[in-house]
Amino acid sequence: MPEYEPVIGMECHAELLTESKMFCGCANQFGGEPNTRCCPVCLGMPGSLPVTNRKAVEHVIRTALALNCTVASRARFDRKNYFYPDLPKGYQISQYDNPIGASGWLDIEVNGQKKRIHIRRVHLEEDTGKLFHTVGNESYVDLNRAGVPLMEIVTEFPPDIHSTAEARAYLMKLRAILTYLEVCDGKMEQGSLRCEPNVSLRPVGAAAYGTKTEIKNLNSFRAVQRGIEYELERQASLLNHGEKVVQETRGWNEARQATFAQRSKEVEQEYRYFPEPDLLPLDITPQWIEEIRASLPELPDARHARFVEQYGISNADAAQLTETRSLADYYEQTAGAADPRAAANWIMGDLSRILNAQSLDIANSPVSSPHLAVMINMIERGDISGKLGKTLLERMAATGENPQTLAQREGLVVLRDTVALEAALDSVLAENSAIVSDIVEKGLVNKRGFLVGQVMKATQGKADPRDVNKLLDEKLSRKN
Amino acid sequence: MPLTTEEVRRVALLARMELPEEELASQAQHLNTLLQHVEILQKLNVEGVEPTSHPLPPVNTLRNDEKRPSLAREEALANAPEARDGCFAVPRIVEDNAS
Repeated sequence: MPEYEPVIGMECHAELLTESKMFCGCANQFGGEPNTRCCPVCLGMPGSLPVTNRKAVEHVIRTALALNCTVASRARFDRKNYFYPDLPKGYQISQYDNPIGASGWLDIEVNGQKKRIHIRRVHLEEDTGKLFHTVGNESYVDLNRAGVPLMEIVTEFPPDIHSTAEARAYLMKLRAILTYLEVCDGKMEQGSLRCEPNVSLRPVGAAAYGTKTEIKNLNSFRAVQRGIEYELERQASLLNHGEKVVQETRGWNEARQATFAQRSKEVEQEYRYFPEPDLLPLDITPQWIEEIRASLPELPDARHARFVEQYGISNADAAQLTETRSLADYYEQTAGAADPRAAANWIMGDLSRILNAQSLDIANSPVSSPHLAVMINMIERGDISGKLGKTLLERMAATGENPQTLAQREGLVVLRDTVALEAALDSVLAENSAIVSDIVEKGLVNKRGFLVGQVMKATQGKADPRDVNKLLDEKLSRKN
Repeated sequence: MPLTTEEVRRVALLARMELPEEELASQAQHLNTLLQHVEILQKLNVEGVEPTSHPLPPVNTLRNDEKRPSLAREEALANAPEARDGCFAVPRIVEDNAS
């Protein structure tokens, strides 16, 4: 069996964050009662005319700049003609040979290896409506989404991506950039970021590319990863059995964790593109581009580098903390008021576990970043132990309360009562006289840890281990 | 290079036009007359002339991103041949075996 090399191209669609649709004033919003956000323009009524949304154009220019693309000085809209019930006009307004952005790149890192992924184009178009398949002999059409501004981002050919891990890293980075730019909310499960990878295999070392398939309906990172893995295995099995891969679109079935043939692409669709006569070409002046460039926020790579430099955290931690803008913001607010390394550990460890369990985004964290900073400082000062900190964080997440108030009320603060601590220590020493003599007479100092542990247990973890050690030293030296 | 009847059949299909078989030849002839006009235009020397996609100069006619009221749902669906549950109803689209 020959070894195969995966070749993966990524075509992504991002719904743009605007108030109104691409060519009309209907609201651009997810969900809602079907067909309540429609007007003559997005319904494709005869005589209606589109007017381009400036914000949508600017979002695409922003993205093109962030992806290191060349921004066209003159861009044009074209009609892509095809018939489908979710496309009321019988054509989609898109961009064919004059996209807003072209020839860009983004960098990914997989297993510590940096790699540049080239991007062919970034263009602006309109979304289609939604189809619902019922059990009967009809399908239902909701046109609320028809005409929502949609940005298409396509990787370069020949493709740079050669593994599932690289495809995933590309998508993660792209989503990070889009959310930092605030041009798309990046929610794959709601379809505001959609990804259609095209996948093929070729024997390692071969110059020619194999036949590719395109995968649709992938609405999570996991689905993208599983879908590509499935396709790679399916194609390898076909090739190993001397069969041919058919060029087609395949859907992802989440329940079966498998792809299935949707639409054969052997006959290339004929879209009969031509310039959209209802819209004038876009004149993108250098001044307009520079204004937008000046408004770009700090992007994920820059923020990642700065986190390592400024907060002294590891490369891997900085990568994780800059994955989304809301997480990076939360970290930065916490690290500004508490130890940055401890902040990184608490956020990526216990806090992220609590949020995951409740399917919450960091932006909606029940523990505010100032509260987390206060808690970290309490541990730093020895007011509570790290172990009690975990319990305290759980309580903070459940109540949303200030950690100081909570710790006082729930008795989570460190035992500073030396009389009580001494009493606890004395009884531990009395109960373990054999160990005490091992330490004092035989010099088996490694047995001290056991005694400290017993005192911690006796005080329900409320004692400060440093206090216990100090007191134990005094007691043992007196016995000497 | 005149259009063949086969090409006319394909163009009709793409445009979802029902063209009776006996009309294919006459339509081909008709379309070829139009193409002959274009052939004359193609003889012009346009070297160094930027392609024109629109007769008007490129002035950005953009609108600000502001919401406006949409149609009432009854109005949006008023012209639909079939509507059900607030949706346009169309013959079942079978594209997958996902269910």
